Parts: sequence; C-alpha cells; structure tokens
Amino acid sequence: MDATLTTPHWSKNRPEPGLLVRVFDNKAFLIFACLLPALGLLTVFLTYPLGLGIYLAFTDTTIGRRGVFVGLENFTFLFTDPIFWGAVFFSVFYTAVATIGKFGLGLWLALLLNQHLPFKSILRAIILLPWIVPTVLSAIAFWWIYDPQFSIISYVFKELGWRTTNIDFIGSEWPARFSLIAANIWRGIPFVAISLLAGLQTISPSLYEAALLDGATPWQRFRFITFPMLLPILAIVMTFSIIFTFTDFQLVYAITRGGPVNSTHLLATLAFQRGIPGGELGEGAAIAVSMIPFLVFATLFSYFALARRKWQQGEGND
Amino acid sequence: MNTNVTRRELAAIGATTLASTQALAQIPTANVPPLELRPEAGASLRMLRPVRFVQPDEDVFRANCARFTAATGVQVRVDFVGWEDIAQQTAVTANTGAGPDLIIGFNESPHVYADKLVDLTDIANYLGSKYGGWKPLAERYGRRNASTSWIGIPFGASGGPLVWRKSAVNEAGFESIPDDHAGYLRLCQSLKRIGKPAGFALGNAVGDGNGFANWLVWSHGGKLVNEDGSVGINSRETIAALNYLRELYPTFIPGTLAWGDISNNRAYASNECFLTANGVSLYFALKNDPATAAIAADTEHSLLPKGIASTSPMAGLTLNGMVFKHSRFPNASKALLAFLMEAEQYDPWLQANLGYWAQPLNAYNDSATWKGDPKVSIFRNTMDSGFWLGYQGPISEASAAATADYVMVQMCASVASGQATPEAAAREAERRAARFFRRR
Repeated sequence: MDATLTTPHWSKNRPEPGLLVRVFDNKAFLIFACLLPALGLLTVFLTYPLGLGIYLAFTDTTIGRRGVFVGLENFTFLFTDPIFWGAVFFSVFYTAVATIGKFGLGLWLALLLNQHLPFKSILRAIILLPWIVPTVLSAIAFWWIYDPQFSIISYVFKELGWRTTNIDFIGSEWPARFSLIAANIWRGIPFVAISLLAGLQTISPSLYEAALLDGATPWQRFRFITFPMLLPILAIVMTFSIIFTFTDFQLVYAITRGGPVNSTHLLATLAFQRGIPGGELGEGAAIAVSMIPFLVFATLFSYFALARRKWQQGEGND
Repeated sequence: MNTNVTRRELAAIGATTLASTQALAQIPTANVPPLELRPEAGASLRMLRPVRFVQPDEDVFRANCARFTAATGVQVRVDFVGWEDIAQQTAVTANTGAGPDLIIGFNESPHVYADKLVDLTDIANYLGSKYGGWKPLAERYGRRNASTSWIGIPFGASGGPLVWRKSAVNEAGFESIPDDHAGYLRLCQSLKRIGKPAGFALGNAVGDGNGFANWLVWSHGGKLVNEDGSVGINSRETIAALNYLRELYPTFIPGTLAWGDISNNRAYASNECFLTANGVSLYFALKNDPATAAIAADTEHSLLPKGIASTSPMAGLTLNGMVFKHSRFPNASKALLAFLMEAEQYDPWLQANLGYWAQPLNAYNDSATWKGDPKVSIFRNTMDSGFWLGYQGPISEASAAATADYVMVQMCASVASGQATPEAAAREAERRAARFFRRR
C-alpha cells in the first residue's frame, strides 16, 4: 500500500490569532469588560437615582405632575423657611450630641469588654443586640417608652412615688429632642463599642508591658498607648457613625414624625415629609440634596482631623 | 385577587343575595329608566381600591364583583392597596396611561387627574335620581369644580365625630355635648375638674390631628382656602379660633401635642381620656373586647359642635371612584361602578362595613346598617357635611398637600404649646399654605 503522508503545514511563525482572541488578550479591554457589570449596577442603582434626585431639586415636580426646571427656586424658598433651618439645626445638634454620647460610652464599653471578664463572648453578643434589632422595632419600643400616657418610665416613677404626673418625653421641644438623641445613642453604642474593641485587640500587649516597666499609670497607658493606637480606626468608625446619624430617618419618623410642631425634624424626615406625603417632590429633593455638603464636610473633618497621622504610613509621628 | 369564585365566595354571594332581597324592600328607589351601558365585548377590568377595615368588606366587595361578572360576562380583578400607597399608585396610573381601568381612591384624587378621566355624569345622574339624590359631601367630591359634570363616583365616607363617656359627661353636669363654643369649653373645664379630661390629637396625626384642627377653624368661620382658591387662613376668624384653643387646650389630658392617630384610642380605652373624636372603629374595638365592653356600653357618639357653622364641621375621608381614559373598556368600567352602587350590591356592602363607611346617596339612610346599634346610627350623616378638605376652595391637590403637611395641625399645636401667638401662627400657616397654593 502506498501510504501518502500528508505532512502538516508548518511555518516558523506562530499563526496570527483570531480577532476575538486578540481582543480578549488586550488588557485594557479586559479591565473594562470585567468592570462592566459593577459599573452597570452602580449606574442603575446609584448614579441614576442620585442624579435624578439632584435634577428634581431644580424642578417643581409634584407627585402626579411632571415639573419644569425652576433653577434655584426651591433653594431660595428653603433659605427663607424657618422649618428648614430648624431641621438643619436639629440635624447638626442631633449628630453632634449623639456622636459624642456614642463614642464616650462606646469607648468605655470597649475598654471594659477588653478586660478579662467571665462569659466574655456571651457578653459581647448581648452588647450587639441593640444594633442587630431592626431600627423600626427598637423605635417602636422607644415610642412606647416615651408615650405620653403609657410610658413605663412614668409608670415606675409614679409607683415609687417620685412623681405624680407622667413625664412629658416627646410633648415639648427640648425633652423630645433629647429623648430622640438618647434612643439614637442606645442604638449606636454597640457599633462603636465592637469596632473599637476590634481596634483594641490589635494593640500589642508588649507596648503595655514596656509601659508598665517604665512605671506608667493606667491613665498614661490609655493616653499614650491605647488612644493613639486607636485613632485610625476611631476616624473610620466616626465617619460612618456621623453619616448614619446625620441621615437617620427611622427613629425620628417612628417616634415623633418630626413633631411637636416640627421641632424634631431631621433633614431626612423633612425631605420625606415634604416630598412624599406633602407631594412636593422637587422641594423634598432639594432638602435631600442640601444634606450633601454637610456629609462631605463631616467626612473630610473626620479624615483630616483624626486620620492624618504619618505613622500610619510607617513614618515618624508628627 | 381574581374572580375565580371559591366556595366561600359562593356562600357569600348566597348570603348577599338573601340580604339583597331584604335590601330591595328597605331602600326607597325612584322609578328611573335603567341605564343603557353596553360593556364592550370581551371586556375585562382591573380595579384598585383601599384595603378593608373589616374582613366582610372585602368578602362582599369581591362577591359583588363576581355578580357583575355573572351578569355581564366581564371579568373583574380587584386589587386591595394600602391606604398610604393608593395616592401614589393613582398618580403613576394617571401619568403613565397604563394600569388599572378604574381606581377607588380618596378625596381629591379625581380632581387632580380630571383631564385623564372619563366623564361619569350619566351614571352619577342616574344613581342620584334613583336613590334620592347625592349628599352634599358626595356632590362636592364627585363633581368637577364649578361645573355640573361628574368625574368621580363617591363610594362612601368615614367620619370622626365626638366619642364620649356618658357617665363622665353627666358627672360634669351635662346631659349632652353643647353645640356652642362657650358651653363646650365649660364642659371640657368641668371634665378636667373631675379628673376625667377630654383629649384631641395635636401631633402629626393625619386623620385625628387634621380633624381637630379643621373643626376648630371651621366652627369659628375660618377656612384654609377662599372660594377662589386663594389662601384665606390668616383671618380674624382663625385668630378667634386660636384664642379659643388657648383656653380649651389646658383642659386636655397632658401629652396631646405628641399624639398620633392611635393615641386617643389607647387613652380612651384605658380610662384616661373621656371625650375625644374618632371613627367608629374605636367603639367596635371596645365593644368586641370583653375587658372594655363596659366602656363601650358607657360610650356615646355625637356630631362635632357646630360653633357658628351651620352644619357640624367635619369632612369625612371619602372613597372616590374614577375611570381612566386609557381604559379600553370605559363602558364596562362605568357599568361596574353603577352596578356596585345599586341597592342589591351596595346595601349588603354597607351593612358588611358596620358603619365604618357611610353612604353618599340619601336613599341608603334607610339601610339596616343604621338600625342595628343606635350608637352607630350617627355615622349615617357623615356625608351630609357642608365641609371638605380644603374648604372653602375648589378641590385640588394643593389642599390635599397642605393637609398631609399638617399646616393646620401645626398652626394649632404651636399656639397650644405657647410657642407662637395666634397672630404669628396664622401668618406662618398662611406662608406655608401659599407655597402649596402658588400658581403654576
């Protein structure tokens, strides 16, 4: 048999790859293709709503009627609106006082939990409870606690004979504000405490040992070891905490709905009140947009005031 | 959510058929030629309405729609929507021109979307002449402003008259609730003196808060809006009302500035508050709970004091049916609305609701609904009111928005709490209302 051997075609050069292969070998294209899903999600669920919100702030859209572009009309009205300025004041006040409270108590709790305690893990789990419970549920619990007629606190005080009347928690301006701040602090402590506890546990015990040998007092150990070592995480946690507190909605809306007489409106609740029940979508959006500068400022403040420590980059401190 | 008839529904239909033979005997009707509405061939309808108060409401409503299907062959799908959502869903339906064929919404909705709605004058006139005429509140909400054409078919209203404890009012030296301001103030002061105070919501409570604020202003001759649609709140009458409130408020149980819609129910049910205003739900809640049945037995309802107004100043929350122009089956939709308002369907539905909803047509005054429990019969007159939300202006989205934004409630609350003088509060309310009523 005459076997004809077909020799495979061979050339010295590698064959030119197909177009598809070349495209997928291109690093720039690959990066783009892999980012595309994330980019799509961000565009649809983040950029578009935010952009729409900002656009609406410059229109007089209401629910049920397409608006027209009115420029800064919403903002000029808001600047003359005492209720808006009341909400700005309370948002800042609420955030400031609640953040101080949360960090004071949260840091204290974290230091306690960092000691050797019996049932440490169970204690830590319990501490987290207020943070785990859905906000609306805890808000409704506080709503009952602060109820003008059926407050458990009023009841106990009256049973003990300390008071003859119910405590007016949310019926007048300042008590209502501080009641809400107390509820927010209660809810925010676990987040701060657990985050700072994590930070505390990264501090090397050898630092404390060295300090002990040098005869440092507990206060000095806290002031010169714990606190500086905790600062970077403190800055992050504080940024988050300020953002969460400033944009809080559920607690206030569930407990007071911004009352009495608008004294406890936060910008978020006021934006919702004007935008959805009040139907003035444009104005509601303008209120929401006016939160952005505050948030940017708060974030920058946390970062620059607390986190600009060179030793984070491994350089000398100050 | 569909009209597949289940066994339970069949039973309900049987029950309503039984009831409707009775109903026919009770509801006086005029001899009017039947309405000629030919539902389009192969029509099927989708309808939205607010969720029920009580379960029989939904059962009978579905059964009535099933009967419509049986009578005409038109399929009807009814979706029950939460109260807070129905305004937004109506807005979307109207603006996109898609979705349900007809919606039973609240109050002003048909007026906001008037140019997107099918004219309902023929069925309104038919129903009006057959059933003894429309009540004033129904005419106000059903008719287009300053016109005789109808854009909505009011389906019923839920009012919030005074709810009071007979024993407490008697102990305070009164047989009934005085209809004048001075007498009413004396009653509240006496109630306070005997430790059984009145209480009305002054917090951000959509129903109760606005109900009280509107009563206060209207009963003094004040109004949020003038007849021409301009803001009229900053008036001598309003300031007189707010001055009256300064005397009335100290007689309330403490804490009403923080009251929501549910607070007065709780305070009344726990013997803390003895005179308030609420829908019939409070009475039934008390009556059906053995622990509070004694309170229910001691409870009376009466209309809000008139003050200087000619009818009791109360605007019930009104169900208002509308048909959208985008519907492919406008005749079927109209036929359904008219069918549901006929005595065979409407009276059983009214009875199933126990008085939570009151009829828009005079003939249903004779419904058995109002003959059972005498304490409920007062709700029969809910739609006889000459007041509506946004009185005395044309019905508009602006008055609805001002109500939802608590403009009137907060005016009253700021005076009651001493934060503002009546003059300043009225000016502030005017400033806020002007924003909603500005010309576009």
